[in-house]
Amino acid sequence: MKQKEKYILLGHGSGGKMMHDLIESVFLKHFSNSILNEETDSAIISSGSDQLAFTTDSFVIDPLFFPGGNIGKLAVCGTVNDLAVSGAEPLYLSVSFIIEEGFPIDELEVIAESLADEATKAGVNIVTGDTKVVNKGKCDKLFINTAGIGSIRKENLHISKAQDVIPGDVIIINGMIGDHGMAVMNARESFNFKIMVESDCTSLNHLISNVISKSKVKFMRDPTRGGVAAVLNELSMKKRVGIDIEEAALPIRNSVRAMCELLGFDPLHVANEGKVLIVAAESCAADILQVLSGYETGKDCAIIGRIVNDHPGRVVLRNQTGGSRIIDSLSGDQLPRIC
Amino acid sequence: MKYVDEYREKDLILSLAEKLRTISKKEVVLMEVCGGHTMAIHRFGIHSLLPSNIHLVSGPGCPVCVSSQHFIDSAMAFSRIPGVIITTYGDLIRVPGSSTSLEKERAAGSDIRIIYSVLESLEIAKQNPEKKVIFLGIGFETTAPATAAAIIRARQKNIFNFFVLSAHKIMPPVMKALVEEGVRIDGFIAPGHVSAITGTSIYNELASVYGLGVVISGFEPVDILQSVLMLIHQLEAMNPEVEVQYHRVVNCEGNKIAQNLMNEVFEYRDDIWRGLGLIPQSGLGIKDDFSSFDAEKQFNVEVPQSTEPKGCICGQILRGLKTPVDCSLFAKKCTPSDPVGACMVSGEGTCATYFKYQS
Amino acid sequence: MCLAIPAKVISVDGTSAKVSVEDVEYTASLLLLDNVKPGDFIMLHAGFGIEKVDPDEAAETLRLLNEIGKNSHY
Repeated sequence: MKQKEKYILLGHGSGGKMMHDLIESVFLKHFSNSILNEETDSAIISSGSDQLAFTTDSFVIDPLFFPGGNIGKLAVCGTVNDLAVSGAEPLYLSVSFIIEEGFPIDELEVIAESLADEATKAGVNIVTGDTKVVNKGKCDKLFINTAGIGSIRKENLHISKAQDVIPGDVIIINGMIGDHGMAVMNARESFNFKIMVESDCTSLNHLISNVISKSKVKFMRDPTRGGVAAVLNELSMKKRVGIDIEEAALPIRNSVRAMCELLGFDPLHVANEGKVLIVAAESCAADILQVLSGYETGKDCAIIGRIVNDHPGRVVLRNQTGGSRIIDSLSGDQLPRIC
Repeated sequence: MKYVDEYREKDLILSLAEKLRTISKKEVVLMEVCGGHTMAIHRFGIHSLLPSNIHLVSGPGCPVCVSSQHFIDSAMAFSRIPGVIITTYGDLIRVPGSSTSLEKERAAGSDIRIIYSVLESLEIAKQNPEKKVIFLGIGFETTAPATAAAIIRARQKNIFNFFVLSAHKIMPPVMKALVEEGVRIDGFIAPGHVSAITGTSIYNELASVYGLGVVISGFEPVDILQSVLMLIHQLEAMNPEVEVQYHRVVNCEGNKIAQNLMNEVFEYRDDIWRGLGLIPQSGLGIKDDFSSFDAEKQFNVEVPQSTEPKGCICGQILRGLKTPVDCSLFAKKCTPSDPVGACMVSGEGTCATYFKYQS
Repeated sequence: MCLAIPAKVISVDGTSAKVSVEDVEYTASLLLLDNVKPGDFIMLHAGFGIEKVDPDEAAETLRLLNEIGKNSHY
């Protein structure tokens, strides 16, 4: 695939089609190997007879502090969740800071403390790190890069590859969608809305570990940048299956829904940082929902759709009155519109 | 959400749909001329609820889609002037000009900012007195009053580094032009929020001279279906008239304050509508009295000759003559991530909506 | 075009008003309206109130629609 653009655009980082094309045409083109080509959230690698999950992530969020968290907390949640949704038990993290000259140290300390707190909560150890400082203007205040390692049991290896996903399986989400993206966008932009929504960023490994120990899960992924739409589109294309989503079943907070209506956004494209999409056989759904309901971060869980034979490679949203529409993966960030 | 959810009520929608199935078997073509209606019709699957004899077509209702290539290219040229901050509604960011887009110019270093309200532009101008802030004024009569209010406020507050590049347009001339061109239309679903500003008399000529019914519609599925029902009733009774469905927001006189502000700041001028060509007295230009805020008059910038993209049939789509699937570029060379014509870029453009919502 | 959402007026302060949609709050411009009171609903478009929502007309529309609904079977 040839890269069309000459310069990087914001859309290349938004989690949708543009980013996917960039990864394929620039990175995979040169880095290609059988593990990387799977394009899963965590790579499954072997060390002797052990299977390890290995992931990396970078955090460049603006603003650094937002309702519900900060870049430090996010760095742990994001990395831990990438491991957890692959079916692994997160164990060790590396954390590396790139700091702009002039950045206030007291803010850095708050971030470091949040990072440490979240790591304790998740039960992971930060075992190695790095710090670099760049001249003023050479990075936007603070960037954090992480890598995470977890152990993965043989019986969970299928999860990240969606090997066993078939038509008839159901799609479950653990709670309300769109909180993180809306909270952050509102904190960043000058649009002057006041919204009482906090980012949902949280480590999901304990919840996920409980789910996979009590029931058979076929696939999991966390719908971060690009939202639920991005994950479902990737799955439907990877497995050449159709996906039907019931609009009435989507758990969305009233204020997020209102904000989306005001700006012309679709909640399915908004980022989440404390959500996991779970695909499982219909017969397992009740058990999974029961486990999820026992957690604060799972109390709004719901079956939102299913894998179907029709329209392979397409995700379709069905509304209450029988109408339907295709949910595409967005090419760039959503833009507030007047029309 | 109050005044929204009640008009999305499933039972109401289904009962209206049932009524439409039984009321008439005549083949009718109804045109809506509002991007908001285009979006709503597809979002709520209205097509699947209508009987096969009732055809809804989309006309030139998306102000982004109908902004001329020249306007887009001008915006790019302005963005390259050193010391200029471009402020724009999000809709315009990805619209392709002849060779580039605002998004790409931003990547290349231009200061281009997305705003929700034109008053944010004024605020940016106030906070950056050494810069020149140019607001890209797109939109129909719903949005033009806000621009007018901002210009007046800029004068009152002595904010002289604020400018507007106007591409504002008005609806009635283009509706008339389509009818005169002979486009097959049996009735119009008129834009509810434009009409909230203008009042209802702007459509009188369509009914009295051209014999076409006009129903001013809200944007929820129940509104649209009720409006279709009202038009069918008119056609059955052979009684074309201007009616209001959207009573909760639209009254006959419209919003006088908004109209007065528009008349104070803007004057009608001939304007180029992308794909449709020149439509007389269809655009809003800034009056001489406010020329110090008019970007066209205050900046001398070279705009390269605009070129229409080859193979693009946006013009025929905007007239409701063709649908996106008739275009050889649709979904192949022209997609939401890689748009050729503006009908694909704007989220509510006919092609983008079709692409997103067609099963 | 014209993405406009009904917003409830919480308080008025000269030419602007604090409005809310669900619990999203915004300071809207009232430069295009007059006689706006707390409790009113206005249509919010691009940061401006462009018209008030008439609650009586809204109720009448729904009443008429429910009439249609009663007489149809789906």
